Amino acid sequence: MSRRRWLAALDALLSHGVLIAIGLLFFLPFYWLVATALKPDAQVFAMPPVWAPHPPQWRNFPRALTYVPFGLYTINTLRICALNVLGTVLACSLVAYSLAKVRWKGREWVFWSMLATMILPGQVTMVPTFTIFRSLHWIGTILPLVVPPFFGNAFSIFLLRQFFMTIPDELSDAARIDGCSDLGIYTRLILPLSKPALATVGLFAFIGSWNDFLGPLLYLNDERSYTLSIGLQCFVSQHGAEWSMLSAASAVMTVPIIIIFFLAQRTFIQGITLTGIKG
Amino acid sequence: MKERSYHLLTSSPPLLHPYRRRASRNAQLTGLAFAAPWIVGFIVFFAYPVIASAYYSLCSFDAIRPPRFIGFENYRRMFTEDDLFWKSLWNTLYMVVAGLPVGLAASLGIALLLNRKVKGMTVYRTIYYLPSITPVVATSILWLWLLNPEMGLINIALGKMHLMQPGWLTDPAWAKAALILMGLWGAGGGMVIYLAALQDVPESLTEAAALDGAGKLQQFRHVTLPMLSPVILFNLIMGLIGSFQYFTQAYVMTSGGPQDSTMFYALHLFNRAFLDFRMGYASAMAWVLFLVTLVCALLVFKTSARWVYYAGEGR
Repeated sequence: MSRRRWLAALDALLSHGVLIAIGLLFFLPFYWLVATALKPDAQVFAMPPVWAPHPPQWRNFPRALTYVPFGLYTINTLRICALNVLGTVLACSLVAYSLAKVRWKGREWVFWSMLATMILPGQVTMVPTFTIFRSLHWIGTILPLVVPPFFGNAFSIFLLRQFFMTIPDELSDAARIDGCSDLGIYTRLILPLSKPALATVGLFAFIGSWNDFLGPLLYLNDERSYTLSIGLQCFVSQHGAEWSMLSAASAVMTVPIIIIFFLAQRTFIQGITLTGIKG
Repeated sequence: MKERSYHLLTSSPPLLHPYRRRASRNAQLTGLAFAAPWIVGFIVFFAYPVIASAYYSLCSFDAIRPPRFIGFENYRRMFTEDDLFWKSLWNTLYMVVAGLPVGLAASLGIALLLNRKVKGMTVYRTIYYLPSITPVVATSILWLWLLNPEMGLINIALGKMHLMQPGWLTDPAWAKAALILMGLWGAGGGMVIYLAALQDVPESLTEAAALDGAGKLQQFRHVTLPMLSPVILFNLIMGLIGSFQYFTQAYVMTSGGPQDSTMFYALHLFNRAFLDFRMGYASAMAWVLFLVTLVCALLVFKTSARWVYYAGEGR
């Protein structure tokens, strides 16, 4: 008995050892990012490397953030994110409802069309989509980045459909017999029951548009409408060797994502496991 | 299920019929109405662009003057005159053949590690997962710094261990390896899906195998791995599609250099479309990309019958 306990303890110790060792490798780049951001210029290139900046240069942050208008970029990004979240949650939940809760001909067709959009490379539709937006005179505005979400995306629709399927049909049938319309069932029954799934989809939409690079690169050409990702990319080409400032700016762009992840961790992991691959 | 609940409530079968028929006609309209956003979006942002793109690929088109039909000239030029096309295709295939399996194996390894029952697992999972949701531009800047040949942390560490210090992104022979290494940092993204599947592997199976005298390695090889195979297939297909479209990191970090060693297909395509405004040519390239991806995906599917195991079909 005691020998087994010993072995179990050894096993746990070994597991922790490996987990911590590899975990450190994963964490180290983050640490290095923040450490570099806080270094005085002389310590950035010091050999051997300086692990703890002394004294930490907190003013690197305001310096980096005022060099280029990061405040403005943040507001621009947040505006695009908000509209993306709204559009995605609204459109995807509507479509998912029709796939999960309404029996109608054409569902199959919608299903296959969703699969097609997932398989075909975005590059195929890139040029014509660009010309559509150009003929609408939308280039240089945020419209090409915020209007498409209002038509849904296959990934989020799949996820919501999977979730809606787990809500028993008896509930919606009972509501229907009580005279509730489908719109009523959708708003008063399905949506309130699906908050975790909706949160996940919203979260993905937020992170997706916060991190998006190609979209803003294609459609935003006025420096004042730049998002963080494009602003940061310009920063690289202008200040390629100023690593403390670059690191500070990168850290600032990363921190909100990390905070959001911590706030919504549970929803997040559940959501990913729900993505429909286990159907 | 549905029928029974109606039946209970209406009690007399004849009443059921007209009600259901009206419901199904309504259902047709309702279904269509709820799916309308997708249907409209599909037509405007997918079906039309796909057709237009196929047409543009047969045209000389600079996005200013109307497209001019030139037949298969774009494709002929691509295959016979554009060295960068072949180079970028080769570079991209390199990422698919060398980078993707390494990344998939890393994700699986991490998932196995994180599937152990030890205290504080949430903290570990968080740390392993965070890099995969870090903004790509921020990741790229961070790794530009880490991979710096003289000042970067990675080469400093290698120097300490008296190992070779490659030039990474400055050396054509090492640039793609550097990007693959950076990709490993984000392996946590695929890990989550493996982890979910691992938690679905019934313990009774591994225990039964253990009773039959299977060692840990054999349990993994003959129980866990087959149970995971559908998820491996999923990650493989998604990774395949993603790798063929590798773009942002190369755009931000190397712009395709040094000596075109990181000029990937999607980057070449983007430059032709939005640097030279050769939109017809870029569209032709996009279709070739699609065909190459499709052929690879189909090959994977063809072989998958041999190595993917579906437990209890139609779960």
